[in-house]
Amino acid sequence: MSNGASDHRPRIEVTNVPTPQQERGARRLSTLGRVLLALGLAAGLAAGWIALPAFLYGRQEQPLAFNHLVHVETAAMSCEDCHSFGVDGSYVGIPPLSACADCHSEAQGDSEAERILVDDFVTPGREIPWLVYARQPDNVYFSHAPHVRLAEIECRRCHGDHGKSETTPVYQYNRISTYSRNIWGPRIAGGGPNEWDSMKMSDCVSCHAERGVHDHCLMCHK
Amino acid sequence: MSTHSGVTATTSYAMVIDLDKCTGCGACMVGCAVENNISVPPVAAAENRGLTWIRVYRVDNGKEFPEHRSVCVPIPCQHCDNAPCIHVCPVTAVQMDESTGIVGQIPTRCMGCRYCMAACPYHARYFNWFDPIWPEGMEDTLNPDVSPRMRGVAEKCNFCHGRLDRARELASAGGRPTSEPVTYQPACAEACPHGAITFGNMLDESSEVYQLAHGPHAFRLLEALGTKPKVTYLSREPWVRRIGLSRLDMVRGLADAPEGA
Repeated sequence: MSNGASDHRPRIEVTNVPTPQQERGARRLSTLGRVLLALGLAAGLAAGWIALPAFLYGRQEQPLAFNHLVHVETAAMSCEDCHSFGVDGSYVGIPPLSACADCHSEAQGDSEAERILVDDFVTPGREIPWLVYARQPDNVYFSHAPHVRLAEIECRRCHGDHGKSETTPVYQYNRISTYSRNIWGPRIAGGGPNEWDSMKMSDCVSCHAERGVHDHCLMCHK
Repeated sequence: MSTHSGVTATTSYAMVIDLDKCTGCGACMVGCAVENNISVPPVAAAENRGLTWIRVYRVDNGKEFPEHRSVCVPIPCQHCDNAPCIHVCPVTAVQMDESTGIVGQIPTRCMGCRYCMAACPYHARYFNWFDPIWPEGMEDTLNPDVSPRMRGVAEKCNFCHGRLDRARELASAGGRPTSEPVTYQPACAEACPHGAITFGNMLDESSEVYQLAHGPHAFRLLEALGTKPKVTYLSREPWVRRIGLSRLDMVRGLADAPEGA
């Protein structure tokens, strides 16, 4: 752009030196900005770490509060009395009502849970609609047989110390996916302090990798 | 058989279909649909938008009566050792299990681009154009071992993997190690009233499927493409054995041009 006509334009010098008033204004704004930033960050974190989990997870109570400990210690039952393999190799995770009715055809004590069991389920012959903490999504295939019979993995490796619990925890489910929170884990970022806190695909894969199991998509997906 | 990933395969599931026994009744298609939760498309849908994992085609010899002959050819996924659908899938939703030879499709991973359908020379892949809807009350017939697919993904035969899972579960519960081969029958083989479909382990040389596939009447579809299909067809009729030939065979001079072409 060096033609003769443009040489007649007035030259304007732009300086960036701020006035003292402008300097004070800039400092005030930056202080306000910092406060806003901190507040915004705090609000964002609170929304992400407190409000989101509260909104994301719905809560449901079990039909009755089951006490594992009293069955194991007072009634001296073994785990296999209720949780065992069927003849076709499938695993009975939740026992049928008949297993309960063997002992609880009538109330043996005066607990509220037992009253519900006898009055609402055993007497009318209605199966208990348990909410299964470890239920996997529909496209997941899992079989207990190779894990328990062949690899001899303890129940607590994946399920935790359920056998020592005195009550049933509140069942939490993801409102979007409807999956149990036990799959993802108690932390909002996934997992938890114990190795049985989550049952995600990464948990399966890492254990398989440790044990040198040959993996293939269709082995665990259907 | 040792494969490139170091897995020593003891099983390579394969299928033999005897075309001389096939009457085209379609029982294999029905048995497959029931087993694998294959939904029915809406009534108004176009003819080519339906789903089936095994389709029975009819092929004829192109001659007029009285020389006219036709044959029914059921075509499931051929579970190619060198599967084009695996190579083209951009999201690795198709995999070959090297311990069984089964080519698996993971619908939750599929993004519905349909490259695999374009790549498959056997037209053995199908696309879910519609949401899977079962009429009221029919949900009770769903097979719990197979997850229904959603709209917008491709699907295909997986040699009834749900049945393989069940067979493995039973073997494991009995204490048999997972490296040992298990035997099972896919739904189409079970449904065929003429016993035209034989299924078994191709690595076991005493198996029926091995004997039949290495017999004099065996042929495979489009072998010249190098896909190495695991489904073998049988026929005593020479003209039927020619339906497996491709244009490539003729270009290479491996086969004569079809009569009357």
